[in-house]
Amino acid sequence: MSRPVRFNIHPIEAKISDAIGNAPAPEGYGGDGFFTARLSDVVGLARKNSLWPLPFATSCCGIEFMGTMGSHYDLSRFGSERVGFSPRQCDLLMVMGTIAKKMGPVLKQVYLQMAEPRWVIAVGACASSGGIFDTYSVLQGIDQVIPVDVYVPGCPPRPEAILDGFMKIQDLVGQESIRRRNGEQYKALLNGYGIE
Amino acid sequence: MAIDNQYLQIKLTEKFGDLVFNFEDSYGMLSFEAPKEQNLKVLQYLYDEPTLGFQFLTDLCAVNYPDDKGRELAVVYHLHNLQTNTRIRFKVFTSIENTDVFTASKLFSAADWMERETFDFYGVNFVGHHNLKRILNVDEMDYFPLRKEFPLEDQTRIDKDDEMFGRG
Repeated sequence: MSRPVRFNIHPIEAKISDAIGNAPAPEGYGGDGFFTARLSDVVGLARKNSLWPLPFATSCCGIEFMGTMGSHYDLSRFGSERVGFSPRQCDLLMVMGTIAKKMGPVLKQVYLQMAEPRWVIAVGACASSGGIFDTYSVLQGIDQVIPVDVYVPGCPPRPEAILDGFMKIQDLVGQESIRRRNGEQYKALLNGYGIE
Repeated sequence: MAIDNQYLQIKLTEKFGDLVFNFEDSYGMLSFEAPKEQNLKVLQYLYDEPTLGFQFLTDLCAVNYPDDKGRELAVVYHLHNLQTNTRIRFKVFTSIENTDVFTASKLFSAADWMERETFDFYGVNFVGHHNLKRILNVDEMDYFPLRKEFPLEDQTRIDKDDEMFGRG
């Protein structure tokens, strides 16, 4: 009687080229030993592939994020191996979970402590809109206190959704003009939140 | 051996007469009511009387009965005699216009934060409390959220984005 489990005794050798992806080079003009491109493209390329996330996890979406960080979904594939727990070192604030109104000033403080350029992603229904907590104690979306770049819907979102949101952030970072943070529009946005 | 509920009722009626009323036996636990001016006297008697000895305050909370005019807010004390493992529930009612109730925090230190919480959510003004301010909610809040005048989904609030709730 044959065994119910069939073993793969002729495995296909993994090719290293399948496992490694190179970030595509920005548009530019190159020749022997030189390459010219727009500075913002190069800076964007560097920034987007080395984002340091700061997890601000308050509830179940934070658990989902732990799954995202783990080896199975592996957020570090996207160049964010280094999850920082100091706002001063991080570029990307990932807010995951219900933010109570009492937590609002704390969140804002953490945001202010981050150095420019900084990005914010609101993961899950609660961080985006208050979610099911349509109540007196819960902040109805973190965009009431800080500007948000990407919202990830879901209650909680699956790791794939968090990764998708992260890649959206990467697109924003890669395409951002290096002048944006000094512009009037950006200043007006921050002033809208009472940030100097 | 728990103290008999009938004995408790007799002792309280002997001492306070008509000032204690609405005795109720709910699932074996005695509950009764007194005018709000009497709350400290009743608590003190339950504490000091050797055969009663309710010296532990398990919980202190409020209940809002919006339809009961003049008695809209109830302050409920849950007391426990740890030696005989007897529990008792004691209520005082107050109108919502004048919510002054004497503080029990001099008798029970545990009442300190519980009264702050009760003030925070129901706006009961505990007269004589040394630090009656909000404990759980944000300081800027200008209402008492657990009063029943606020519907769960309040349509008049401005800090909420209706579009997010599918009713934009």
